[in-house]
Amino acid sequence: MSFSELRDLYQDIILDHGRKPRNFRRLDAPTHRARGDNPLCGDRIELFLDIQREHIVDAAFIGRGCAISVASGSLMTETLPGKTPAQARALSDAFRAFAMTGICPACDAEAMERLTPLAGVHEFPSRVKCATLPWVALNAALDGQGQEASSE
Amino acid sequence: MDGAAPSFDIARIRADFPILASEHRGKQLVFLDSGASAQKPRQVIDAMVDCMRSAYANVHRGAYHLSEAATAAFEASREATARFLNAPSALDIIFTSNSTMAMNLVAHSFGRGVLKPGQAVVASEMEHHANLVPWQMLRDAHGTELRICRITDAGELDLGHLAELLADGRVGLVAVTHMSNVLGTVTPAAQIARMAHEAGAKVLFDGSQAAVHRRVDVQALDADFYCFTGHKLYGPTGIGVLYARAELQRAMPPFLGGGDMIATVGLHHSTWAEPPAKFEAGTPPIIEAIGLHAAINYVEAIGMGAIEAHERALVDHAMATLSRVDGLTIHGRAQDRGGVFAFGLDTAHAHDVATLLDRAGIAVRSGRHCAEPLHERLGAEGGTCRASFGLYTTTTEIDYLAETLVSARKFFA
Repeated sequence: MSFSELRDLYQDIILDHGRKPRNFRRLDAPTHRARGDNPLCGDRIELFLDIQREHIVDAAFIGRGCAISVASGSLMTETLPGKTPAQARALSDAFRAFAMTGICPACDAEAMERLTPLAGVHEFPSRVKCATLPWVALNAALDGQGQEASSE
Repeated sequence: MDGAAPSFDIARIRADFPILASEHRGKQLVFLDSGASAQKPRQVIDAMVDCMRSAYANVHRGAYHLSEAATAAFEASREATARFLNAPSALDIIFTSNSTMAMNLVAHSFGRGVLKPGQAVVASEMEHHANLVPWQMLRDAHGTELRICRITDAGELDLGHLAELLADGRVGLVAVTHMSNVLGTVTPAAQIARMAHEAGAKVLFDGSQAAVHRRVDVQALDADFYCFTGHKLYGPTGIGVLYARAELQRAMPPFLGGGDMIATVGLHHSTWAEPPAKFEAGTPPIIEAIGLHAAINYVEAIGMGAIEAHERALVDHAMATLSRVDGLTIHGRAQDRGGVFAFGLDTAHAHDVATLLDRAGIAVRSGRHCAEPLHERLGAEGGTCRASFGLYTTTTEIDYLAETLVSARKFFA
């Protein structure tokens, strides 16, 4: 079986980031951090942000999860540096809507471009929470320190 | 199609289950999630529809013919359930909404009403959350102790450890699974009951999985409590069964209050109905009881012995076939095991594997199967995939699962 029809979900970029996640490390001195937990399936990530002068200068994560959640964390942490917390939150809200519906009229096309492959998840309702887990953790990290978030 | 026992006509059995002929995502359905909830034969579907079409009324209430007939049908289901478990009497059968509610009933009623603070409840590392969380809640509310019996690396109950936990005589209840919903392990229930009783404890078996796959005889096991659920036995959701020994029912206070469970009601005080009505407050699951009766008739007509033989053949076949898939880890190597296989692939997470299997038409469960502590114990915190078999499962389907897993492993490698 080739699973060619699953390429909408598992595009090369997803498989690549799932196997070799970028920014998969702890930050030594994060200004913000949060855990994202999906107790039903056992996915768990810890997100670290370094915010200096109102801008995210570094983002990283560790944890365990499926290809979708790991790739989502990898792509998210690549996208965040340079953004203000408000921009990051807006991106998070837009991405989560995108992942659930597959459409995103309000999305900033440039910011969303890297994340578009992840939106294939909207056709797999049971997998949406995998893609959104790192983003739920992002909002929790921006809300305050050391919070635990769940994508359930 | 294959058949393990001469009397076991799998093609005819499969024809009884309308959903098995359906296609999903353009593929013939291969349903390997019966351990979560089994599919329904037309005999069950028809019995429930017929009840609603022509034989429905509330039970235990009306003085009119339809209600009397519905009451008789409802109580006939209780009789059939008692025979199914070889319970001494239909009065030993309490209808609940599912196994979870059955165990919560025991935790609330027997736990708070009969067990004393300072006594202990023993559960095991391989319990479903439904046979663990109620005992944690009882501990916190009532001051009982919760002791956890270890399992061995093969996934069997560590009976030596159970003996240690029972040694001080303070254990009031041993509550363990009769068959693990993750490892497939069938526990030596009669021996566990003997050990519990010798230590002065009562014993409860969570038979949610076991009652589907084996002939259960609560008297031969010497069980004090035994529970199972209709929807895993090819019956409907919304009905569960608690067998409770008659003298225990008499000693236990009611769980839920309301209609049907009372003898007399005043504005300030009430008295309770005789068991089992004492434990069945409110309108019971009437249509579901009719469906459960049809499900019991269905498996009895095939024969639990024939079902067990078929599933043993499936388990042997699955163990041999899945063991040949490179990179696949099967969790649980118990000597006595049923048709539940939790596994992991080295190149892929359980959810990703389940998504690929789904595209091939194969339904399996992925995650931690309501057994988080067990997954920690197995070192599989990230979850497993689980294939679980029913009486309609074929060796062809298991071969297809194995082939698809080989492809899935390559896809993610």
